[in-house]
Formats: sequence, C-alpha cells, structure tokens
Amino acid sequence: MKTYALETQSVIKTYQSESGTIQAVDDVSLQVAAGEFVALVGPSGSGKTTMLSILAALLQPSSGKVVLDGQDLAGINDIDRVAMRREKIGFTFQANNLVPYLTAVENVELMLRLNNKLDKTGKLRARELLARLGLADRMHNLPGQMSGGQQQRVAIARALIHNPSLVLADEPTASLDTERAYQVVETFAGLIHEQNRAGIMVTHDLRMVEFVDRVLLMQDGKLVRIYTGHSEIMELIQGSRH
Amino acid sequence: MIQTFSIASYLAVKEVWRNRGRFLLVSLVIALITLLVLFVAALGEGLGNGNREYLSKLDADMIVFQAKSDNVIAASRLGRDRLAAVRRVDGVADAAMIGTSSASLILPGDDEPLKVAMLGVEPGRTGEPTVLEGQQLSTDQASEAIIDRNTAIRSSLAVGDTLTVRTTQGTRDEFFDLRIVGISDGQQFQLQPSIFVPFFTWDRIRSKSEAEVNSLTSVGNVILVKLQDPAQLEQVSQRLVAQVSNIETATLTKAIQALPGYSAQQSTLNTQGGFTLFIGILVIGGFFQIQILQKVAQIGVLKAIGAANPVVAFSSIIQIVVITVIGVLIGALLTFSFSLFFPPTVPIVFNGTTSLIAIIALLLIGPLGGLVSIRYAVRIEPLKALGLSS
Repeated sequence: MKTYALETQSVIKTYQSESGTIQAVDDVSLQVAAGEFVALVGPSGSGKTTMLSILAALLQPSSGKVVLDGQDLAGINDIDRVAMRREKIGFTFQANNLVPYLTAVENVELMLRLNNKLDKTGKLRARELLARLGLADRMHNLPGQMSGGQQQRVAIARALIHNPSLVLADEPTASLDTERAYQVVETFAGLIHEQNRAGIMVTHDLRMVEFVDRVLLMQDGKLVRIYTGHSEIMELIQGSRH
Repeated sequence: MIQTFSIASYLAVKEVWRNRGRFLLVSLVIALITLLVLFVAALGEGLGNGNREYLSKLDADMIVFQAKSDNVIAASRLGRDRLAAVRRVDGVADAAMIGTSSASLILPGDDEPLKVAMLGVEPGRTGEPTVLEGQQLSTDQASEAIIDRNTAIRSSLAVGDTLTVRTTQGTRDEFFDLRIVGISDGQQFQLQPSIFVPFFTWDRIRSKSEAEVNSLTSVGNVILVKLQDPAQLEQVSQRLVAQVSNIETATLTKAIQALPGYSAQQSTLNTQGGFTLFIGILVIGGFFQIQILQKVAQIGVLKAIGAANPVVAFSSIIQIVVITVIGVLIGALLTFSFSLFFPPTVPIVFNGTTSLIAIIALLLIGPLGGLVSIRYAVRIEPLKALGLSS
C-alpha cells in the first residue's frame, strides 16, 4: 500500500451564519505523495482557501481526518498544532509574507531558529538556497528593499529551509506580473521535486498549473475533478484561455 | 523556555534596532515623563525638606506643646517654668526650650534683606545644631549666632563675620548685631534658611508686639525632650501630661505633619506625580496598542509559521522594557543635567530614596501600559490576520 505525506479522508468544514449552515468544504478526500506538486484550483468561494487552512493546521475540520506524516491533525491540541506548523509545514502566502524588520537571510534563518536548528550548516544552507533562487546579492536586504517577486522567492526559501514534509502556497503569484509569476512557480516546483517534499499550491490563475503534477478542481466545497498527466493539465490551461 | 526567550529577544531587538527612529521617539516621550515625574518628586522633597529640615534632624524623642495648640509650633507658648517642670518628670533625660520667629538679615550693599527663621536654642542642649565649621554657641545670653548652610550660601557670610538682623519691636524696626561663631549643615525651618541664637538673646531681639516689649517673662514655643529610654515614649508622655499643667506632647513625625501647609503641600505634589505616572501609562499603552494594530498581519505570519504565543508575548514585553529603560535613563540624565543649573533658592532636592521610588514607578509604566497590547498580540488569530478566514 502506498504511503502519502499528506492524506485527507472525508473532510467537512461547516460554518454557522445568519442565513443558515454553510458547507465550506464538503467531503474532500485527497492524497499527496512526497515529491509531488499539486495545484488546488477553483472559482472564488469554492472552498480551496478553507481547505488550505485545514491542511496548514490553522483550522480544525468539522469532521474527517487530515493525516500528515502519519499523524492526524484533528486529534492534537493547540500547542502540538503550533509545533506541527513549525516543524512539518512550510508556508508562502499571498502578501505580507516576510517579517519586515528581518533581512532576506534572517527571514529564512528564522525557521531554523524557531526549530532550534540554526547552526553553521543551517546558516550555510540558507545562503545557498537564497543564492539558488537568484538572491545572492539581496541576502542582507530588508523586505521593503525588494520587489514582490524577490520577496516571494525569499518566502519559498523560508518554506523549504527546515525540510518540512508539506509545503503550502496560497496564491503565491497573486501580486506578480506574468513573467515573474512563471519564474516563481517554476522555481518552486523544481525545489519541491528536487527536495522530495509534498507541495500544494492554491491558485485561481490556471496558467500557473503548467508546472504541477496534478490539478484538483474544487467547486462549492467539493472536489469535483482531478487532472492528472501533462496532456490533461495542458488541456485545462488551453481551455482557460478561451 | 530559554529557547522561547532567546527567539523573543532576537525578534524584539531586531525590530527595535531596525525601527530605531520610531522607538527612540517613544523613548523620548518616556524621557519627558521621567523628567516631569522626577522634578515633581524633587520639588516635593525640596519643599518638604525646606519645611521640616530642622525638625527632622533634631536629636529629640518628643516635643511638648502648649495644650490645644494642635501641635502647631507657632501657636504654642510655653514659659520657662514649664521647662523646669518637664525636666523633673521621671524618664526625661534632657529638655530644652526653643523659640521660633522670623527676622530679616541685612545684607551688604543694595541687596534685599534675606528673610530667615531665627530660632532661639539652648547652648549645649538638644535643639542646638552641630556646627560643621567654627564653634557651638557659648552662653545663653551671648550675642552669637550659628547660621545654617543655606543662610551662608545665600548671604555669603562666614564664621567670624558679624551679621545684622532687623526685627520689629512694638512698632519700631530695630537692628541687632550678632557674631557668627559657626556654620551648620542645612537646617531650613518652614522654607526659610535659619540662624540660631542663644535662647535669651533670641527672647531679647525677636519681633514683639507692643505689649510684649516691656514684658519680663521669657516665653518660648515648645520644649524638646530626650528620653532616658525611647521605648518608654508613651509612658513618659502620659506622665508629662499628668504632671505638667496645660501641655500636650507629640512625636517629631506628628509635629512635622502639623507644620502649616505641610500635609496639603505634600499630598498635592504626590497627586501630581501620581497623575503624571497615570498619563505615562496611557501614553505608552496607546503607543504600543497602535503599534500592535499596525502589525497584525506580521504577527499572523509569525504565528502561522510556528512561533508560539509566549514568543510573541515575550517579544512585546522585551521591547516595552527596553524602550522604557532607555527612556527612563535619558530622562534621569536630563533631570540630573538640568538640576546642575538650578540656583540654591529653588527648593529642589534629589533624594536617593524618593528618586529611586519614582524611577521604579516609571519603569513599571511601560509594562503596565503595554499589558493591553500584549494581550491583544497573543489573541491575534493567524487565519484572520492573513485573510484566510472565510
């Protein structure tokens, strides 16, 4: 039986509102293996951001299982959830990604500090990773001194530096122009494959799924279709252009 | 715990250093509050000291007042017969009469006369201040004076000089020359610099009403009492009241509290100091609250990537403490620098204990003011802060 880095079973998330119960995520089961990069797509309100929050251990599902590295996230307390986010998960967000008063290299090293793993090797790895992302001359710049694309690349380095099992990206290209957006996603995909992490990217921009291995389409909280293989994914991209 | 503290310190110091202009401004606000609080405290101490300095330095255990004088020295009148009666009471080791009055010290040239407290004391007994320079008073009737340090500074008189005092005798101003035999430490009485003269000399030259001018009886204000055993204060006090007619007794502390205006003055200044501290708490609290509101997203990111609540809380506390300490240090240095330029006539005294209490209170205003913002920071939900909540 194949083991997955991340596996969800019948995840449901409901909210109570004045107009009644809202089913934000409705019975979603999915698996992501180590070294696999998956895109979670869908229209606004389809539940993809809620799903990402659940996978990120930021939100408890109403029911169902979320198993990361063999551990069910639903069954752990708040302190362990924080530790899980720190040790097993890497994040990049749409905006406000970086700590504004830390330089690029300090932002990356912060993940190692939080995990009490900042030693000489760790510092060297942080610099190497930033250099690979084309930021060798920006290491000591503050976020405010870098472009949006450069900040996203620093966030990618921070998401990967502590060797997490799962890397999550929420609309990582939202604030970038097309050329930079392609560069960022391509680099991200390359590192996920190379470092054998499980990666999930939430995006509304279907052009960006060119570099992923699978695309999961959500609609009204349900997982309605999975696109596997290069040709299916390219068809999806072509379709989105018409 | 050490790991949490280490990360929190790292984040706090980096943030303060990289935004040092903004944080320095807050420190300067705290420095100004410190300056104000320390000056109010020093003014309180200076005014209080100016009022009570002579009494607080007295080597006596008790003061005997005329009955129903409410422990107010100026309202008490005691004849010499009472002094003899007090000395006879069992448990009294020594007793001395003092008389208080105001006089004008004539200064050379066109200078305005210096208003001084002229106190009549008994040479060699409690009540006569110890001189730092020169000699003690010789006899009860000598035309001599001891001046306190404040009088010496403000009049430029020295040991061996002759001073002239002007008093009112009935309706006439009269001038009396006294030889300065010694200079004591600061002995202000009711905010005036002091001169001390032998009791009978004092009784002769003090300002008098027309009726008193021709009176043959010597009258002082109060009697200072030293006890054989200070632990017997209550018992001796009861014996005094029982055996000496028409008197009441009070400790030095009570007598100081009863000085005209002393309690009201001190409570006014203490209230001012308290309000300044309170305003400080509100200002610092407001600043840190605004700062936290501005960095909700940043704290959200920190929490999302795995920074625990204690890291966020400690980081805020460390920042607040660092900013407060820097502000208080700057304020204390400013206060010290300004104090060097104040003339001796300004009643400002930097007392170690009072200043220390004020500084400790000031160091607490930051953390107290920041409590609300720290609580707010800890309660930030990363999901909401990052805009991920539905």
